[in-house]
Amino acid sequence: MDFKEELALLNRISGTDAKKCMKCGKCSGRCPAYHEMDVKPHQFVSYLVSGKLEKLLSSKAIYSCLSCMACVERCPRGVAPANVIEAVRQSVIRKQEGNAIKAEDIPPIITEEIPQQLLVSAYRKYNK
Amino acid sequence: MQRIGVFICWCGSNIAATVDVKRLAEAIASEPNVVYSADYQYMCSENGQQLIKKAIKEHNLTGVVIGSCSPRMHEATFRKAAAAAGLNPYMVEVANIREQCSWIHKDIEEATEKALILVRTAIAKVRLNAPLKEGESPVTKRALVIGGGIAGIQAALDIADAGFNVDIVEKNATIGGRMAQLDKTFPTLDCSACILTPKMVDCAQHENIDIISYSEVEDVKGFVGNFSVKIRKKARFVDETKCTGCKVCMEKCPSKKGLNAFNMNLNNRPAIYIPFAQAIPNVAVIDPEQCLKLKTGKCGICQKFCGVGAINYEMKDEFIEREYGAIVVATGFKPIELTNFGEYGYAENKDVITSLELERLMNAAGPTNGVLLRPSDNEHPKVITFIQCVGSRDVSGCGKPYCSKICCMYTAKHAMLIREKYPDTEVHVFYIDVRTPGKNYDEFYRRAAEQYGVDYIKGMVGKVYNENGKLMVQGSDLLNNEQIVIPSDLVVLATAIEPEPSVRKIATLLTASIDTNNFLNESHPKLRPVESPTAGVYLAGVCQGPKDIPETVSQASACAAKVIGLLVKDSLKTNACIASPNENMCNGCSQCANVCAYGAITYVDKEFRLGGGKTEVRRVASVNPAVCQGCGACTVTCPSGAMDLAGFSSKQIMSEVEAICKR
Ligand SMILES: Cc1cc2nc3c(=O)[nH]c(=O)nc-3n(C[C@H](O)[C@H](O)[C@H](O)COP(=O)(O)OP(=O)(O)OC[C@H]3O[C@@H](n4cnc5c(N)ncnc54)[C@H](O)[C@@H]3O)c2cc1C
Ligand code: SF4
Ligand code: SF4
Ligand code: SF4
Ligand code: SF4
Repeated sequence: MDFKEELALLNRISGTDAKKCMKCGKCSGRCPAYHEMDVKPHQFVSYLVSGKLEKLLSSKAIYSCLSCMACVERCPRGVAPANVIEAVRQSVIRKQEGNAIKAEDIPPIITEEIPQQLLVSAYRKYNK
Repeated sequence: MQRIGVFICWCGSNIAATVDVKRLAEAIASEPNVVYSADYQYMCSENGQQLIKKAIKEHNLTGVVIGSCSPRMHEATFRKAAAAAGLNPYMVEVANIREQCSWIHKDIEEATEKALILVRTAIAKVRLNAPLKEGESPVTKRALVIGGGIAGIQAALDIADAGFNVDIVEKNATIGGRMAQLDKTFPTLDCSACILTPKMVDCAQHENIDIISYSEVEDVKGFVGNFSVKIRKKARFVDETKCTGCKVCMEKCPSKKGLNAFNMNLNNRPAIYIPFAQAIPNVAVIDPEQCLKLKTGKCGICQKFCGVGAINYEMKDEFIEREYGAIVVATGFKPIELTNFGEYGYAENKDVITSLELERLMNAAGPTNGVLLRPSDNEHPKVITFIQCVGSRDVSGCGKPYCSKICCMYTAKHAMLIREKYPDTEVHVFYIDVRTPGKNYDEFYRRAAEQYGVDYIKGMVGKVYNENGKLMVQGSDLLNNEQIVIPSDLVVLATAIEPEPSVRKIATLLTASIDTNNFLNESHPKLRPVESPTAGVYLAGVCQGPKDIPETVSQASACAAKVIGLLVKDSLKTNACIASPNENMCNGCSQCANVCAYGAITYVDKEFRLGGGKTEVRRVASVNPAVCQGCGACTVTCPSGAMDLAGFSSKQIMSEVEAICKR
């Protein structure tokens, strides 16, 4: 996959139109995991728009995003930063192969409070 | 038999360089019905027009075709010339051989052939043209202004000063609108009431202005120059002609827990009240939802104390019917509800307020007598955080997609005023962009930052939460790439504005078009910005789009100029090219009325002879010639082919199409 294709793929997987972002920073203003992230939610969106693929793919923040969707909920432009993060996460993890969490590892760590979305992304994130 | 003259214009080299005008004029000369054909360098010039006039007389022309620029340019010129020579102006047709031919082609052969076709087409139409005459309708020399905010006040004053009668219909108990609620106004920081109330008084004292307050428009009939309007005067339970505004009733009224809407519900008022000290009219009104006498029959205290016997609990709504020549809509705006914006904690925290609430908290006549105290505990807030664009520029469905335009400026104003009056207060402003175009506007905003030390933070707030009595404002500081939390004592939301919702009903009554955000549409966004597409209806103030006071006043005065231009006329020429139904074919299906954007079509029951002495009553369409704009929407909609447009009949259009297709 060349640079252009990979970028197009990220846009497609994310299912969101990053160009709609008006750079208000509300997503990053809301994000509860902000301080754990090297690349901030609004930067994921902005890097996608400006094609900074390297910065996206090398980010550690894909593992700290909680998939709480607060950024999606709050974005005034209908952009979904968490979906961009999820798209990057998928891209990275697919390349790493064999990195997915096993189904049997999940039940012991579930609590009532954990959002479903988090569980789904947990499958992709952790490798225990 | 028509005797048609054809005049081909060179337009200097504009046409002549690409179209062989000589050849064109010669070729056209042999067309059927053409008795004269000529070409000239500038048809629109004085000499060119003389040529047309002379030919009309010498050759007894019954129709004229000009091959020239677009009819938008000079149709009126040529029609006038023809009329001067005694020809009905509607017997003139223009073939556009410039914009639609010479300007867009390079090849002379091709362009000349196309020009020939275009001129032939116009000839084909003229063959079927018939003389038309504009109708006339009289003008009622009185204007109606709906809404008594600064927009309505300014429009009314200007129209009245020109010598025409104006009625202001205001739904509230007083005129003044939002401006009456403001403390000081940007960009000059003069006191809002000090510049507004003299104008309100001028309205009240003007012999040509009639203020119909606490009233709403109930029904509108008629058309430009001839509107007939029904106004509901709501029962205020106080006789306007008797009340002296002494306020004794307000003191004595025992039911004092009504929310004071003028103060944005920040304090209470009695059931009988005058909205504010400088109200016009300065007459009390009873809130029937709150008055004990009206609700339970017991009380009647205000009536006992009123020295002039103004109070009447039996009062009923009244209706007034009046005729108007022109209508100005000036219904203004309201801040949006914040129910969709839970993240700012407006509903839970008393100290999260809107900017309009802040105006009242800073106003000397407001609930705190102008001392800035926070609502929860009446303490001086030491840290105040403003959030801009709350609900504006929001396409997520929660807010409004547009920029509310005024909030950047009023937030800078608020920040500056607070820093001026309370220098020990820390002021932060979260912004996405600061938008301050306008004379002395950006300078104003920069003064807040540079001179008054207001802390502008580029970024939006993600949430506001209460921690031990402090309002924690968490947001982005994008320039420093940080997420910050500012513990604040007061949070002010620069809340989006939207058109006053009742404008929808007004728009329907007036058949005035309205956009998806409920702002009234102007006739042309650049060239006719104060007119509604509906003739005789004009727009002033925020009802047409977000704007500040200087812009509102300019628009209101522009509106007044348009209204005066209409009212000075004794009668209006109506469009000659109007639709009319062939009543024998019309089956009264209503489809034409549904598509008419101007509301020109109604239906009448008419008696038709069937022969043999029998008659039948049928419902048929009837077009009001004063309202029809000749757009033709009805003619193409009519399933029976009954509707036709004078000057653009189906026959004429078809003959043009045939002329184009024929080789
Ligand atoms: C917090 C805040 C601060 C501001 N500060 C400034 C400032 O410093 N400087 C500045 O230039 N601008 C300022 N503005 C903007 C200013 O308030 C408006 O530009 C101005 O009030 C618009 O006037 P208007 O007449 O169009 O509307 P409005 O003031 O809303 O008046 C409309 C009137 O029409 C009446 N009405 C509505 N519907 C009907 C109906 N159906 N029938 C009869 N009557 C009806 C209403 O009751 C009202 O009286 C501020 C606005 C806000 C919100
Ligand atoms: S989904 Fe991720 S990026 Fe978005 S707010 Fe939650 S933690 Fe932050
Ligand atoms: S909240 Fe939406 S518009 Fe604002 S920076 Fe984040 S993605 Fe962009
Ligand atoms: S209603 Fe009577 S008591 Fe009340 S303000 Fe008017 S005059 Fe005074
Ligand atoms: S005027 Fe300023 S604060 Fe108001 S919506 Fe526009 S950009 Fe936002």
